[in-house]
Amino acid sequence: MSQSILFLAHVSEAGNTLPKVSYEVLGAAVKLTKQLGARLTIGLIGADVAAAAETVAAAGAERILAVAGPEFASARYPSDAAAAEALCRAAGAELILAPATSRLMRVLAGVAHRLNGCVDTHVTSLESVNGELRATRWHYRQRIEAVIRRDARPWIVLLESGCEAAWAGASGVAKVEQIPVTLPQAATRTVVSGVRAPKSDAQTIRPDANLLFVAGAGWTKKQADGKTHIDQAETLILEFLRASGASLGGSKSLVDQTGESQAVLGFMTHLNQVGQTGSTPRHPKGLSACCHGEEPHVVGWRFINERRAVNLDPNCGWARGKADVLYVADAFEVLAKLNAILAQRSRTSADAVLQP
Amino acid sequence: MTNGYHIVVCGSVVPDPLQTLEPVQTPTGPALKNEMMLPAVLDPWAAHALYEAANLASKAAGSNSKVWLVSVGPKAKLQQVMMTIAQRVSFELVAVDASASGFADAHATAALLAETIQAIPGLDRSRLLVFGGWESASRGAGATMQLVGERLEILDQFQGVDQLSVQADGSFEVLERIEGGRHQVSVCPGPPALFGWATGNLPEPRNNPQVGMANMRTVMPALQRAKSVPLPAGGLHFLSASPPKQQRQTRVVKDLPAEQIAREIAEWISK
Repeated sequence: MSQSILFLAHVSEAGNTLPKVSYEVLGAAVKLTKQLGARLTIGLIGADVAAAAETVAAAGAERILAVAGPEFASARYPSDAAAAEALCRAAGAELILAPATSRLMRVLAGVAHRLNGCVDTHVTSLESVNGELRATRWHYRQRIEAVIRRDARPWIVLLESGCEAAWAGASGVAKVEQIPVTLPQAATRTVVSGVRAPKSDAQTIRPDANLLFVAGAGWTKKQADGKTHIDQAETLILEFLRASGASLGGSKSLVDQTGESQAVLGFMTHLNQVGQTGSTPRHPKGLSACCHGEEPHVVGWRFINERRAVNLDPNCGWARGKADVLYVADAFEVLAKLNAILAQRSRTSADAVLQP
Repeated sequence: MTNGYHIVVCGSVVPDPLQTLEPVQTPTGPALKNEMMLPAVLDPWAAHALYEAANLASKAAGSNSKVWLVSVGPKAKLQQVMMTIAQRVSFELVAVDASASGFADAHATAALLAETIQAIPGLDRSRLLVFGGWESASRGAGATMQLVGERLEILDQFQGVDQLSVQADGSFEVLERIEGGRHQVSVCPGPPALFGWATGNLPEPRNNPQVGMANMRTVMPALQRAKSVPLPAGGLHFLSASPPKQQRQTRVVKDLPAEQIAREIAEWISK
């Protein structure tokens, strides 16, 4: 039977392309379309989708549909749900693939209900086995991996980033069919007024960074001299983040200290929290310091490929098969030396650029 | 504004994060080995939602606000968890004796939650705020709350909420997590609305025995009244469920000077 697949996405904040993860999901959609001999439709949402549509014009879709207009510029549940519902109905697809962006994660479960279909989120792979679609996703916060299939259709699947190769094709002229959507007054009650960065001296969360640096509660504990050195820890960590371009994560015990009014690292918020009750970021490398590496921490590392840790305890969780390398050392000393090396390298490369 | 809010918090129990979880196959699908023996806690994000609900209710003008905790889970587990949670903030428990498994279907759980909320006597939709965790530590779908909202016909939904501030005109300023460690700021004119909470900003409330005693007057009868409901699979089939097999061969580096360790790490970072 010829299936129909809808690739659903929204334009990026810049407005002229799609979010990076969208191209990865498009790659999965194109692959699956070929495997199943299916028909591919692309559905786009945004204020103006013309430029973004051109970037996917060569993906081989039979149709490119769009719900566009100023009322669809912002990520708002009622308008996004109405737009996504209209696109899904217009496409009539049995399978709807979408990237797990915050915008689509917010609405597609509701859209599945409106379509009398089903939804699965945080899917890490989707494959066809003898014509049967199977999705892989994690349960219990990355501690149990399950393979599932669904009877209900349409099936909306939100795929995580970093699981598929991004579709890459030349931009071209896109013939976009506009799907009209009239929003009821109730759908415009909420007004999106903007975006706010977290209260921190510098932006420490960098999703595209090559390295994740995770700080544990050890940074705020008494050190060998019997005193805490929080100011020094703050300086060392911020200096390292600047020099390495790493993204900052924190263990729950460390970020919780903020709410409990204890002495804390000023730039660390719950947004940085990685692990069982935090995020599960995707970076090629991860470096942990002053964190014990127990299971609730490490579940947040499930998608970090290369892992190293610095800890004073040679029997900590990292030593039990959780990290590739565990350095048994004082993280304060190691980070100070590391910052000096990175600074030296930075000066050397700057000098090289200045040489005639 | 207002006569206060009617805040319904959806939240269930999950295994204590420190426990080892091992999947086993049962006739009805996967489950956790010794699931009923594992100590449980209130789901962390749902707990944040409950604390935020209690905080909002206590600050709302007129103070006619009320908080319900709608909890779907095995009765014995709910009772165990309520012994702790009930000491923290004031709420009225509405319990349903059903599976809280991470392998249960979000659609079935949402249908049961919505049906239970609609049956709460005296619930005023014009003052209704539905709270819950944006994800659970069990299924982690991030879908259940939206499905509940759709069933309750609530259009204003927010997910990954870290802050809800009531403005002078009674509207809500809502901060939702988005990519890159940032927040999207929205203004919603008021109830009805649904909020899937991330961590919020409140510390865990201290245990208060007086609150506990007041709560327990309604918690125990609610548990006794809890009807037992089987959750349908809803066309969801598990083909396998297994813990991750990857075990790394950790190289433990001892007695190396900090300088040398730093050089090794710098080399690794730059590769």
